[in-house]
Amino acid sequence: MISAFFIFNQKGEVLISRLYRTDFKRSIADVFRIQVVSNSDVRSPIITLGSTSFFHVRVNNLYVVAVTKTNANAALVFEYCYRFITIAKSYFGKVDEESVKNNFVLIYELIDEINDFGYPQNSEIDTLKSYITTESVISTAHAAEESAKITMQATGATSWRRGDVKYKKNEAFVDVVETVNLSMSAKGTVLRADVDGHIQMRAYLSGTPECKFGLNDKLVIDKHDRGASGGDGVELDDCRFHQCVRLNEFDSDRLISFIPPDGEFELMRYRATSNVKLPLRVIATVNEIGTSQVSYTVSVKANFGNKLSATDVVLRIPTPLNTTIVDCKVANGKAKYVPAENVVIWKIPRMQGGQECTFTASAELTSTTTRQVWARPPIDVDFQVLMFTASGLIVRFLKVFERSNYHSIKWVRYLTKASGTYQIRF
Amino acid sequence: MSIRAPRKGENYELSVDLNSEYRDKRKDAIKKVIASMTVGKDVSGLFPDVLKNMQTEDLEQKKLVYLYLMNYAKTQPELVILAVNTFVKDSEDPNPLVRALAIRTMGCLRAEKIIDYLCDPLQRALKDDNPYVRKTAAICVAKLYDLKPELVIDNGFLQQLHEMISDSNPMVVANTVTALTDIHTNATSSHPPPSPSDPALFTITSSILNKLLIALNECSEWGRVAILNALARYTTRDDKEGEHICERVVPQFQHANGSVVLAAVKVIMIHMRTIRREELSKQLIRKMAPPLVTLLSSPPEVQWVALRNVNLLLQKQQDLLSNEMRVFFCKYNDPLYVKVEKLDIMVRLANDSNVDALLSELKEYASEVDVDFVRKSIKAIGQTAISIESSAERCVNVLLDLIGTRVSYVVQEAVVVMKDIFRKYPSTYEGVIPTLCANLEELDEPEAKASLIWIIGEYAEKIDNADELLSIFVDTFTEESYQVQLQTLTAVVKLFLKKPDSSQGVVQRVLNTATKDCESPDVRDRAYIYWRLLSTDPGAAKAVVLAHRPPISIPRITVPPALLEELLGEVSSLASVYHKPAETFIGHGRIGADSVQRKGAELSDDRFTAQKALQTVVAGQQAENLLDFDDAPTQEGEPSGLAATQILPSSPAAANFLSGTSTNPLDDLVSIFGGMSASGVGSGGNGGGMGGLGSVSPPTASYVSSPLDSLTSPTTATTQNPQEDLLGLF
Repeated sequence: MISAFFIFNQKGEVLISRLYRTDFKRSIADVFRIQVVSNSDVRSPIITLGSTSFFHVRVNNLYVVAVTKTNANAALVFEYCYRFITIAKSYFGKVDEESVKNNFVLIYELIDEINDFGYPQNSEIDTLKSYITTESVISTAHAAEESAKITMQATGATSWRRGDVKYKKNEAFVDVVETVNLSMSAKGTVLRADVDGHIQMRAYLSGTPECKFGLNDKLVIDKHDRGASGGDGVELDDCRFHQCVRLNEFDSDRLISFIPPDGEFELMRYRATSNVKLPLRVIATVNEIGTSQVSYTVSVKANFGNKLSATDVVLRIPTPLNTTIVDCKVANGKAKYVPAENVVIWKIPRMQGGQECTFTASAELTSTTTRQVWARPPIDVDFQVLMFTASGLIVRFLKVFERSNYHSIKWVRYLTKASGTYQIRF
Repeated sequence: MSIRAPRKGENYELSVDLNSEYRDKRKDAIKKVIASMTVGKDVSGLFPDVLKNMQTEDLEQKKLVYLYLMNYAKTQPELVILAVNTFVKDSEDPNPLVRALAIRTMGCLRAEKIIDYLCDPLQRALKDDNPYVRKTAAICVAKLYDLKPELVIDNGFLQQLHEMISDSNPMVVANTVTALTDIHTNATSSHPPPSPSDPALFTITSSILNKLLIALNECSEWGRVAILNALARYTTRDDKEGEHICERVVPQFQHANGSVVLAAVKVIMIHMRTIRREELSKQLIRKMAPPLVTLLSSPPEVQWVALRNVNLLLQKQQDLLSNEMRVFFCKYNDPLYVKVEKLDIMVRLANDSNVDALLSELKEYASEVDVDFVRKSIKAIGQTAISIESSAERCVNVLLDLIGTRVSYVVQEAVVVMKDIFRKYPSTYEGVIPTLCANLEELDEPEAKASLIWIIGEYAEKIDNADELLSIFVDTFTEESYQVQLQTLTAVVKLFLKKPDSSQGVVQRVLNTATKDCESPDVRDRAYIYWRLLSTDPGAAKAVVLAHRPPISIPRITVPPALLEELLGEVSSLASVYHKPAETFIGHGRIGADSVQRKGAELSDDRFTAQKALQTVVAGQQAENLLDFDDAPTQEGEPSGLAATQILPSSPAAANFLSGTSTNPLDDLVSIFGGMSASGVGSGGNGGGMGGLGSVSPPTASYVSSPLDSLTSPTTATTQNPQEDLLGLF
């Protein structure tokens, strides 16, 4: 499938090159450099040259590239590239040129472990970390036993969990994180509002715990058998689970049961489009006065109970390309014109529920000869609201069963946020 | 033979370090060697020195040495033999990780000498009691088959693999399936093709099927993809079995990994064909929609693959995502390739109830920065107008607004789109014509000019100053591009037939210029034909030139049905992303044109991609030759340089392209005569067929959007050039 795997830096220099199959020579990397890295007009993540296809993903100025000569499974190749990035992040903290150069030995070790002959193998971070480490492993009799255990686990039905986990205090943390996507038209009608949610779990539980997880009493997944929903019901358009969740049980009885990996993992991802509660209401009036001035009035209102508050609210308000100076007035937070990005950034550190903040500004423009009209990119709002879910999803229970019958403590936290997805046109 | 490095320089220093008495120094040296290897320096001279460090307790060091060996074993076959002992010893190590590592590496060495020593350890590894070793060994069989198929067959490895499908460990099962599939593909692509009884072929029987269905729920995500792919190849015996498979596979829609979801979609699409219970098929389709939409929150590359596949699925199952148009709205920061795909899908999902939302969205996009995307959005407005009749008026209003912006490329694209709307709804929006004519001077692109000229000619009787407007183009006739000349010619003749009194002078002038001063034979020929028609029988000229044209329509499918079925069986593959059969881009890039014709037409849904693809194919030909230079002797008979350019036409995409351009003028001629004899548009199709493009144009293509002879006409979905020419003529 994947015949070769490369990592390039921004200049097109090869940082990592691994050929899984012999249908290529190392010089294939030059072709990628010529065709993609030094080509400013690349309009597709897959480039096919002759019979050779290059799949590339960009991360922090690096190109992660997989090459194949077959009619490969494109989704799988990209998922694999992203998996590699996730693994690398978890090993070195960040994935950039420096960290790749500093860890190239480890990277080679990893990409040989998670891919054999071009076919992805076990790529569970937790398990990988148990036998591919930054310290060198000396093969001794003791290690042999240890390895036997690890390998059994790496290939077993619960490849994500070691059997011998022990904690003094058995705890499980559940974080429900929702990202709100909003696109609102200039007239204030909602063009699109949906929620991408994921439930992140940190399980510090001993032994092999069997968990059962319960959401709202009225959990509706399939739109077609949606009855009169209301009260504390929640409608999800779709959900996806970590591979530890027994999909067939969920399919038949809507039961989320699993043996969790040790430590942090994403238990579930879901999508909701109905009854989305928008935490911030933004109303913008932007007028172009002649050709030399633009006036702004932007107000933002926190649309939730006054016990909660939104933090790190950042509005990015676009200005025309030929703006020279922006005069901003705000009562809350700080607003600053950033010429490099052609936006005014208005930061409000904290907004109590029900609070309303207003921004007024006027931008001076220089006269230009081009007739290109201003594209008016949308205003982008980033924020975080703790203990609030835009979809209305609630975790009802998390039950843990283990042979030793220990007592476990569970914590649940909710967070609704937006970053680059909450857009208001004007 | 290895040549020892000279006694100085980087390699010499490395070799000293590799022989150092200190372990750390040796290990560092190995790391440096690997680093040099990565950047492409030749460190093969250090082979013996690196090899000395193979025997070690340090797993990391061992892996590094192995990595080096995998790269250079082929160039140092005599020395590799020295490594065999360590490999064989490692394969009996008590540590399963070491055993697996030895097996994995030996399979990658690709040196004849090693292979002979591989069989015994492999035999043992396949029966190892540690599943990690077994799963590695399974893949190793595929590696060995790739090198020396006889060895695999003689040693009975294939039977062993077949037994391993029943292994208790799900990952072993998954890798076994992967290995068997790999061997199967390897065997089927060999020449001559294998006999049906070839042991290398992996036929999935019903007993294997059951084992796979059990393993499916337990193995890793990648293993699931492998198993799902195998399930997709199974031929069901009856509809019961198909139902059973579908029911077992549906839960995989909820998997977090997008490739598992798409693999499951593939299995369902294939086995749904056998299902006769309508209700069940409906239910399956319904369950398929949400996971597909969820894929839109994946990283952009995965999203794009999903979108390309959704595009295919929609061509088969129109109602798949009928209420989901809004989720395809573009985000401002989506990459362009995602936006373009979303646009296409939005137009497909448009209907009476959501068309307003769509139009306001499209209008928004038309004010964005990227020219290409803006143009595509405007085209999409035209497509919406043509496919949804009730929305046409609103579309026209949006287009007028856009023309009002007076941004050059927006106006030009809008004019092209207006022309299509006139084709679909003749004589409905004539009120727009003055606005269009007012922008005459804005136009500098041939297609936009040609479109406007066509409109003027078509409605000459209603435009008071049509003769003035057309004279502008007649004045600059010789400077205009070929398609503008053809349009001017036809439009002036139309004008003359409609208003003979005021335009005698213009028609005389244009015919004169076209026949005397024009370089293009097509323009000259057309001018002569018009001239002769006009002079012998004006009545006939009227019947021909002013003939009634059938309105255009947009086909629901852009991929020929047979190909569509094939591609749906390959969901998520490269072929499904490109909407082209796999043979067009794999198999060394050069296959006979006949094998492509077998697939029927494969002109892509828009010319843009077709041309892009062609460019990459062309570039690839050169690239391949670029790659071949360093081992020319082994690639005998493969021309490079100039010779390589000569074989270009044999690559299918290039052939299509060449025929696409070169037959155009010819078609023109043919269609002229076709039209002459029948003096009706009905013969247009035949005329086109005679043009020699028959194999390329799908029989289902009925969308003739452009009255122009344009290769790049973008709104045309599966344009039939010949037919277009004919229509343009009349």
